Amino acid sequence: MKTCLVVDDSSVVRKIARRILEGLEFEVTEAEDGSKALEICQRKLPDAVLLDWNMPVMDGFEFMGHMRRLPGGDEPKVVFCTTENNVAHIAQALSGGANEYIMKPFDKDIIADKFAEVGLIPVGQAMV
Amino acid sequence: MTPTEYEYLRKFLKDNSGLDLSADKQYLIESRLLPLARKAGLSGIAELVQKLQGGARQLITDVVEAMTTNETFFFRDKVPFDHFRDHIMPEIIKARAGRRSVRIWCAAGSTGQEPYSLAMSLKEMGAALTGWRVEIIATDLSQEVLEKAKAGIYSQFEVQRGLPIQMLMKYFKQTGETWQINPELRAMIQHRQLNLLHDFAQLGTFDVIFCRNVLIYFDQETKINIFNRLARQIEPDGFLVLGAAETVVGLTDTFRPIPERRGLYKPNDPRTAAAKPVLAGAAPRMAVMAGR
Repeated sequence: MKTCLVVDDSSVVRKIARRILEGLEFEVTEAEDGSKALEICQRKLPDAVLLDWNMPVMDGFEFMGHMRRLPGGDEPKVVFCTTENNVAHIAQALSGGANEYIMKPFDKDIIADKFAEVGLIPVGQAMV
Repeated sequence: MTPTEYEYLRKFLKDNSGLDLSADKQYLIESRLLPLARKAGLSGIAELVQKLQGGARQLITDVVEAMTTNETFFFRDKVPFDHFRDHIMPEIIKARAGRRSVRIWCAAGSTGQEPYSLAMSLKEMGAALTGWRVEIIATDLSQEVLEKAKAGIYSQFEVQRGLPIQMLMKYFKQTGETWQINPELRAMIQHRQLNLLHDFAQLGTFDVIFCRNVLIYFDQETKINIFNRLARQIEPDGFLVLGAAETVVGLTDTFRPIPERRGLYKPNDPRTAAAKPVLAGAAPRMAVMAGR
């Protein structure tokens, strides 16, 4: 089973994302900010990170920079999932090492499409 | 909705759009037409039917448009676009190296996601198509849908379905809450209103025809008729692309499936292909294909 780390300071968003990702057969762990997410990644890297941008303590962009520098840290697929819905932020995320980008609000179809896009799930699964 | 009203609407839709609803699609009619009836200030389906029977022209158009499905997103089903990039276009580029032109028809272009996906694919081919004349004709039954396609403006939700983020960044411009496809890509596409039930010979011949997820709404006889007319608009070495649940098998031998490439068909030589339908065993074979 593939693993996905959901990083968001909203417990409601984490809960919704967990339900969707478990439906796509991911084993889900959660973190409420970038710093806690980094601790989890230092122990074991997930296959995917669904990543909010604005969070207390350490934001998503800073977390991604630290995670990418860990041994094997270039492996996980990072999918941003944020209300930062403008071109400047998207460009910054992509050049900083993000694989895909979801603009909130999101739903199951968008997550499935984006995860299929980066090869985390087969394309067929996204169509269901 | 009374059975009489349902039967009337079924026949009305069949005659006006070719849409062939089975006997159990009351929910579909209600979900699409009740909002429309309310918007028109009518009490419900019964009054809507009365108005249609009275020949209310605007309402007739509205009903046909509301019932013609427009569920679509970018690079829908993915596989046909992989075929387009990896198989169709390489063959066309080789075969048309002399005249350097390619004509593509999206026969159910809907709100534009399919023609724009093809335009993006072609752009991604870069130098291989430098100096080529590329024509994409997108047709749809619905004027409202065509207007949307022409504008190329999509909601944040729509641009996140099927479209990789890099393509969004490369080919769209953000304007507030919406995203508009670049003028350069918009200029690659001609949008025209067209009912597939009517003559389309005036469109000329094409190297590639995308006709996906529209024939499923027609009855067998109409499908055969459309296939036979499509065959006249396609180059002998051209390609027909159908939706995942659609096939020519058991309906016509004007086209043949390409093995190992689901949804891809080649025209048969018209001298050997019989234009008449092959009816034996049609229904069960269709069912098998649809279930794959």
